Amino acid sequence: MPFPILTSLVALPIAGAILLLLVRSDEGRDRLVRNIALVVSILVFAETLLLWSRFDPTSADFQFVERHAWIPSFGIAYAVGVDGISLMLLVLTGLLTPLALLSAWESIHRKTRTFCVFVLLLESAMMGVFVSLDLFLFYVFWDAMLIPMYFLIGIWGHERRIYAAVKFMLYTMAGSVLMLLAILGLAILHLSVRGSYSFDLVALYGMPIPGHLQFWFFLAFALAFAIKVPLFPFHTWLPDAHVEAPTAGSVILAGVLLKMGTYGLVRFAFPLFPAAATFFAPYLATLAVVGIIYGALVAMVQPDLKKLVAYSSVSHLGFVVLGIAAMNMQGVQGAIYQMLNHGVSTSGLFLIVGMLSDRRHTRLIAEFGGLKTVAPRLVAAFLMVTLSSIGLPGLNGFVGEFLILLGAFVWKPQMAVLAATGMVLSATYMLWMFQRVNYGTVSEKNVSLSDLSRREWVLVAPIVALTVLMGVLPNLFLRPMTPSIERLLNQVRRGAPVEVRASDWRRVDERARGWRARAAGSNMTPAARSWPRVNACRSQSRGELPAKGARRVGTDASPRDPLCARVGGGA
Amino acid sequence: MMAEFSSMAALAPMVCVTAAAIAAMTAEAFRTPGELMPIGPLGFVGLLGAAAAAFLLWDRHETSFSVVVADNFGLFITWVLILVGVLSLAMSAEAVERGRLPAGEYYALMLFAIAGMILMAMASDLLVIFLALEVLSLALYVLTGIGRDSPTSTEAAFKYFLLGAFSSAFFLYGIAFTYGMTGSTRLDRIGSVAAALATTPTPMQWVAVGLLLVGFAFKVSAVPFHMWTPDAYEGAPSAVTGFMSAGVKAAAFAAFARVFLVALAPFRAEWIGVLLVMAVATMTVGTIVALVQTSVKRMLAYSSIAHGGYLLVALASANDVGAGALLFYLLTYGVTNLGAFGVVGLLEREGRPSRQVRDYAGLWSEHPSLAALMTIFLLSLGGFPPFGGFIAKWYVFTAAIKAGYVWLAIVGVLTSVVSVVFYLRIVVMMYMTPAAAPVRLRPIPPMTGAALVASAAIVFYLGILPARVLGWAADSIRTMF
Repeated sequence: MPFPILTSLVALPIAGAILLLLVRSDEGRDRLVRNIALVVSILVFAETLLLWSRFDPTSADFQFVERHAWIPSFGIAYAVGVDGISLMLLVLTGLLTPLALLSAWESIHRKTRTFCVFVLLLESAMMGVFVSLDLFLFYVFWDAMLIPMYFLIGIWGHERRIYAAVKFMLYTMAGSVLMLLAILGLAILHLSVRGSYSFDLVALYGMPIPGHLQFWFFLAFALAFAIKVPLFPFHTWLPDAHVEAPTAGSVILAGVLLKMGTYGLVRFAFPLFPAAATFFAPYLATLAVVGIIYGALVAMVQPDLKKLVAYSSVSHLGFVVLGIAAMNMQGVQGAIYQMLNHGVSTSGLFLIVGMLSDRRHTRLIAEFGGLKTVAPRLVAAFLMVTLSSIGLPGLNGFVGEFLILLGAFVWKPQMAVLAATGMVLSATYMLWMFQRVNYGTVSEKNVSLSDLSRREWVLVAPIVALTVLMGVLPNLFLRPMTPSIERLLNQVRRGAPVEVRASDWRRVDERARGWRARAAGSNMTPAARSWPRVNACRSQSRGELPAKGARRVGTDASPRDPLCARVGGGA
Repeated sequence: MMAEFSSMAALAPMVCVTAAAIAAMTAEAFRTPGELMPIGPLGFVGLLGAAAAAFLLWDRHETSFSVVVADNFGLFITWVLILVGVLSLAMSAEAVERGRLPAGEYYALMLFAIAGMILMAMASDLLVIFLALEVLSLALYVLTGIGRDSPTSTEAAFKYFLLGAFSSAFFLYGIAFTYGMTGSTRLDRIGSVAAALATTPTPMQWVAVGLLLVGFAFKVSAVPFHMWTPDAYEGAPSAVTGFMSAGVKAAAFAAFARVFLVALAPFRAEWIGVLLVMAVATMTVGTIVALVQTSVKRMLAYSSIAHGGYLLVALASANDVGAGALLFYLLTYGVTNLGAFGVVGLLEREGRPSRQVRDYAGLWSEHPSLAALMTIFLLSLGGFPPFGGFIAKWYVFTAAIKAGYVWLAIVGVLTSVVSVVFYLRIVVMMYMTPAAAPVRLRPIPPMTGAALVASAAIVFYLGILPARVLGWAADSIRTMF
């Protein structure tokens, strides 16, 4: 049996947390506690790098798969695996956790041990979300992750931390419980189609789902993910959570947690419900574009550095959702790349804002000014991260946003045009903020600010290096994800006529007929045929009136049903 | 001779517990004042005997006098009750000593109550169910008021007694009508007669089913028959409250399921609507009223009403998943709630204010392990993974969706999100609010501590490795359906 590397990614942080609980918690042992936590998280990072090095970039399949029965009577398994889409996110999580711990080195003095325990538990849950191949397992990690984050914000946060923590928890839960019901619905559908419960992602990928169910399941999944992303108008928890969280919390929240929403769309919502995804993609994209522009405009007027970065996240994540909604190679590649970019550069911004607020105990832009003369090295790092966040060519942000806009342009040019204004706006608010903080005259209060300490060098160096590396050598990161994205696109295309516009009635019909001919010969089970709604849709798309019997059982499939047109024979 | 003896086999678990109860009573009678006697451990012995008896009876489907049936369903509930009993005894030891409660009576009553609950879980005759109901209720009325010097405790006992007696009358009336309609009180005979009657509904059926439903609804504190719950829970000593909330629910839901899912199943069309409305009302009212409570025990009382609503969802689903979910939920909820009330009880003994939610401020810095235990129980009640409460809720909602009640599942998940608000309120107090005045807690008594840690371990076990217990629950219902 090969070494269970993915399980160890999940288990190692938990083991570290248990080890920390065994250390006696005298005040004098803070150093020891921090060092243990740091070493554990660095080990996890090393493991993710090892995973990357052993990952086969030419394969589209899930790799390093482990499968053990967990609750066999319901077909629930402990199934983990990694493909090109999740690989990089694992590495990102592995990188950001030690940085987050390190950022708390001097700002967290209260209850250090518990802090480290929660960060490690959070890391374990995040890894779990990215490696799960079983929907039940995924949901367990997804929900369990809230608990440590809730405590991190609520205990070590700033003034309104309790409000922010509870809001964060409730928003996320409210979205995800409906997803839980949709997951249950999927498993029960599998029971009626295939004769057994299953929460297995790969099994569910291949299962035909009737159109009206796709509609509701997709909505439930998309709501959960939209809140997590956060997509406009579900974003209001984010500024609160970011502003009130300690630096380490913000770094993980921005760097990894927000990616789970977009990851969920790519991994679950789109490939599981391709017809509904195609139907809803324009709406998602519209919300994304509104979010891009709205986030940028609101960011522009923020007096608080952290709030500005928080709203810029709303804007940047809008790009990611737009890329996903486009569902073509460039769009999805760009979206995943932008997830990584955002993880690197926004975490960098939060780290630097944290350094400033450690020094001055304020995050108001107006309190700063002229830092360039006082702390030139800090400002240099700040500049790099700012430029990468804007998307300057040569740095990482450019690659992602360019690919997304390209993908969106191929799909719906007007969306791309509108989204492009977001890039201009982001330059405006970021540079204006940078100027107010770092240029101008130095006020009395800022004269004695120290430059980067050795610990802070360690913090910013990997971030800055990555912004350059990812800008110059994007293929290093894009290559492993490409086959997996191709598989994803095929999957979505197989289930829904993506390139077809609603006006192309006739073409839909032709295509549907072609698929039906193919599907009839291959993977359609007799049970799948018995879904009345699908059959009714099928006969509709053939342009025939439903037979008498079909009309009786399939009354819910009205000719106006928008999904009917899209389900075609491909369900 | 052998045959006659074996016909008594189904009674064995009850006999063990009752023997322990009688021994405890006798010991108290012969005890000179001030003499220390291991009366609590006596109860453990009785419960362990009952557990062993239940183990031997597993899969044998013994029946005694054709009114007590030791099928796997009853045995699963018996195990839940024994577990509840063991944990309650362990958590009571300290409360009995400190509150100068009469140990012999306390333990004897608790054991009699458990015996009644076990009988209720195994009874297959309406009259025996009534008998069991009275045995457990009488013991609980007295237990609620066992702190004789406390006015709230006496008031709670009085209220509980009045309303309990009221509901018993309903139940008895329901039995009478059912007998009048079917000519029997035995569930299997009622079932076969009812199947013939179901085709021609009569007003008598409505009355009989309705009265039985009201009787059970009182016992499981379903809305709108829940009024006694907050008062009784608040007034009773915490150890008793925990025991009551876990034990009565388990026993009453077992009988509820037996009567409605087996005997009255042919009348499903008549009771299902009422049950669905009741489930929705119980979940929403319990959750929403709990939101505005400032007293911890009242809040937990409303929360347990809301949990009754989830159990009603499982019952209303009326499929194999639903019955299994009912069993698993009762186990998880029982252990979790006992744990939560155990922590509440530990804080009560300090002579500091502990009734209000705000009295929990700063508990984390004073006593991190106690705060951590309470958090585990609260998060499990709120339905978070990786705790048992999550698996239990998931199971219930699976049952509801499988039965086609998607809207019921949606109400369920939404109320459970709302419920997180009040569970978190205590967590916020414990972890994120500094204490008004520094409090030093005495060390936790080892017995209670062990019981709390064991409860937390069970909650984790049920959340992380539920497969085995889920398997048992599934095996338990196979004989019923």
